[in-house]
Amino acid sequence: MKYVAKPLPPVELPELRQIGKPLRRVDALGKAVGATAYAGDFTMPGMLHAKVLRSSEPSARIIRLDVSKARALAGVACVLTAEELPDGKLTTDMPGQTGQKRRTGSDAPVLASEVVRFVGEPIALVAAETLDTARQALELIEIDYEPVPGVYDPLEAMEPGAPILHPPDNVVARWKIRRGDVAAGMEAADVIVENTFRAPFVEHAFLEPEAGLAWVDEQGVINIRVCTQVVEHFRSIARALQVPQNKVRIRGTMVGGGFGGKEDITVEIFLAMLARHTGRPVRLAYTREESFAAQSKRHPFVITHRTGVQRSGRITAAEIKLVADSGAYPYLSPYVLLYATIMAAGPYRVDNLRIDSAAVATNQPFTSAFRGFGGPQACLAYEQQMDEIARTLDMDPLALRRVNYFRTGDPNATGQIIESAAWLEESASRALEALGEKSVERGPIKIGQGLASYFQSYGRITWFHDTSRAWVGMELDGTVVIRCGTPDLGAGQVNSLCQITAEILGVPLTDATVYSTDSALTPLAGTSTATRQLYMSGNAVAKAAGAVREVLLGRAQNHFEEELDNLDLADGRVIVKSDPGRSLPLGELAAMCAAEGLALSNLALFKAPFSEGIDPDTGQGRVFPDFTFGSQAVEVAVDTETGQVEVLKSVACHDVGRAINPAAVEGQIAGGSNQGLGYALMEEFKLEEGRILTPSLTEYLIPTAVDFTPTEVIILESGTGVGPFGAKGIGEPALTPAAPAVANAVADAIGVRIRELPLTAERVLAALDENWP
Amino acid sequence: MPSRMIALTVNGRGREILVKPKATLLQALRELGCTDVKNGCEKGDCGACAVLLDGIAVNSCLVLAGQTDGSEVTTNAGLGTIDHPHALQEAFADGGAVQCGYCTSGMVISAKALLDRNPEPTESEIGQAISGNLCRCTGYGQIIQAIQVAAGSQRRGEE
Ligand code: FES
Ligand code: FES
Repeated sequence: MKYVAKPLPPVELPELRQIGKPLRRVDALGKAVGATAYAGDFTMPGMLHAKVLRSSEPSARIIRLDVSKARALAGVACVLTAEELPDGKLTTDMPGQTGQKRRTGSDAPVLASEVVRFVGEPIALVAAETLDTARQALELIEIDYEPVPGVYDPLEAMEPGAPILHPPDNVVARWKIRRGDVAAGMEAADVIVENTFRAPFVEHAFLEPEAGLAWVDEQGVINIRVCTQVVEHFRSIARALQVPQNKVRIRGTMVGGGFGGKEDITVEIFLAMLARHTGRPVRLAYTREESFAAQSKRHPFVITHRTGVQRSGRITAAEIKLVADSGAYPYLSPYVLLYATIMAAGPYRVDNLRIDSAAVATNQPFTSAFRGFGGPQACLAYEQQMDEIARTLDMDPLALRRVNYFRTGDPNATGQIIESAAWLEESASRALEALGEKSVERGPIKIGQGLASYFQSYGRITWFHDTSRAWVGMELDGTVVIRCGTPDLGAGQVNSLCQITAEILGVPLTDATVYSTDSALTPLAGTSTATRQLYMSGNAVAKAAGAVREVLLGRAQNHFEEELDNLDLADGRVIVKSDPGRSLPLGELAAMCAAEGLALSNLALFKAPFSEGIDPDTGQGRVFPDFTFGSQAVEVAVDTETGQVEVLKSVACHDVGRAINPAAVEGQIAGGSNQGLGYALMEEFKLEEGRILTPSLTEYLIPTAVDFTPTEVIILESGTGVGPFGAKGIGEPALTPAAPAVANAVADAIGVRIRELPLTAERVLAALDENWP
Repeated sequence: MPSRMIALTVNGRGREILVKPKATLLQALRELGCTDVKNGCEKGDCGACAVLLDGIAVNSCLVLAGQTDGSEVTTNAGLGTIDHPHALQEAFADGGAVQCGYCTSGMVISAKALLDRNPEPTESEIGQAISGNLCRCTGYGQIIQAIQVAAGSQRRGEE
């Protein structure tokens, strides 16, 4: 089959000076020469070193905890247990915003006291003069456990009689969606296709393990330097410590990779407790093993699709059930589950729809945010289901999708109207065209091609009433300062703010300096999660820069005695457009403004659209600001003798609305795709009865430079996003279609579908064996 | 075994340091303030701690500091600075090869070791040379391209 790119509708994108240029990111050179300081790089005089005692048991009662010997060890400053913070809880729910009743009693304790529910659960903290002493002190803590029956599978955890982690039952969240008449839709179908797909636990494996340093300053403020996606956690920490919110300050650093894994609280709460207790600076850095054991994973899912479809390919009804493993504590499971539920039917118009989902507690690592937030698991299922439907109908996979793809103006599963461009066929046909004809099969090597399309939200849930703030000011030499709380995870978050500001104020990118991720000194910009920063803080910074621009142009109007629209800011000057010979350096213009007391700075607030919660019985209502659309196509070679799968070619095509920095966008897509390929073929965080079988990067393998061919990136720009300059979000969507595209390619190659990730050589061989004629 | 004093040349400067018997070169370097040398695993899996030890790229977490007495160590920060970046550092910054940057110092060191022995590497030779350096952000494509760009600019510089 030869695919041809579908022509794009005409789009007018104005040529800009900074936006759309693959400029060197403002953070790039410092990182390249090793000058950037990360959270683990900070030390202070008199600093203590901390360690955390963690549960060795997946499900047990603590019957004795004796820290006296550890406390008595010379060089130990303190040993803290749950007694330090009675009722200390990490609340990750957002009260009043879930549309669900909050489950009391299921929040994770800061330190476990009576019961432990997973291997790695924190129990006690030590701070000592040296790291060696802190380690020795951990060894001296005496703890006796009494095993309690645990549960290690979410489906078993829903059975009557299963051990209960959080009464009354193990289901920590449920959602449902009801649209149209499913019975009638199934009746109208020519065939009904049913399949169940499974996805495993996955580890974020960012390169920088969690680390931080805390101290109490002369105002009594607990300062915490930490790598985090969420500086707003200072509020939760204050609540847990029962101190005023203005007495906790988070000074974020450049983050060495987050991907959702630094969205929940990590070391910062322990640091705060220890610094407050000892009055001394305290450093805590996780080892790789501790990082793996302590923090969240991607949710395993079991997803069943039952789809009614007509011979034409038109889907007439779908019934979908999703079960997610929340691990030992809910954390962000209710929302991850919500995302997966809303995305479950894919970027397809299905008018008769019934979706039921549950997140279920087990005695395993807790699961929470991970790039895509439930979207990738949903996509794995719906895109494999589409290929299975195509096979049943003997239809081309793109032709089947074309019949059902969303179009702008269509309602999605919650009845929210798709308002921006939905370039699904546009992206799919381009990815397939670039993939080209199938390679030739040789001997035991079978070749397959696979496609996956997706839609995914960017920006937070609209009933969270999300806001971001940014401050922009011009100095008297015409250089620019930006202050914005945005944590930078390495995806180019702060660079985008600079590039947008530089565009609006007409300065070169190198003339912009940005201060970010400080909960006290930079205006709060909200979390670097949910693919929201470009949208939210990008709009905030654009608003602030726009206000400064107005002041500058207003003053220039008087100076040149010209109409406003005949003036522009460019290359560090204000110019008269009709007569470019007449211009002034911005520094001179700024000085004129300052002399007259005009405001050369602005603090702007950007608000996302606000909505009420969805209807709990039908799941209907607005949930997201907007959606990103795209597709990926891959070709694989499967060695039917060894079961090895090789990715021969991978092409990803996404509509990013507007690429603020195309090199950075390419990096997001290529990097996200690589994580998705790892998800498809190699990654699984393995456990046995709650015990970790992949405790480090020796056992848990992530892609290296020789595992996968780099993904070819095709960037489309519809200009229809709700971000600045029409941008959409791409951070999370970049990962989503990769794994299902691989799964579809493998099924195409070997003629058998393996319904569980990862597609390891063993699974491929087993599938071939079972289907041997 | 008691701690002992060792002498090292680090990024061109003579340094003396008291090391414990089990201390790794990674720990010793970070104590000396070489925070560009990163700790990602402490067991040889990630390459974030890579440095040149007498011109050879090694994972410093796998080397005992005590064994490096009299050696010459070059870390990424020793190759260039913000004002005078090395061709590799410049190419990384310009080519989108740096995202979070946590792998970058180790990557640059592996690339430097490669270009020192093979100034005209193919893509697959580059891939092999950095296969011990994990990067979770980029997908490696832009890193491989950046190394090729740097190799090209170094060759031109030598002509
Ligand atoms: S820290 Fe040395 S290889 Fe990972
Ligand atoms: S840039 Fe983040 S690990 Fe390589």
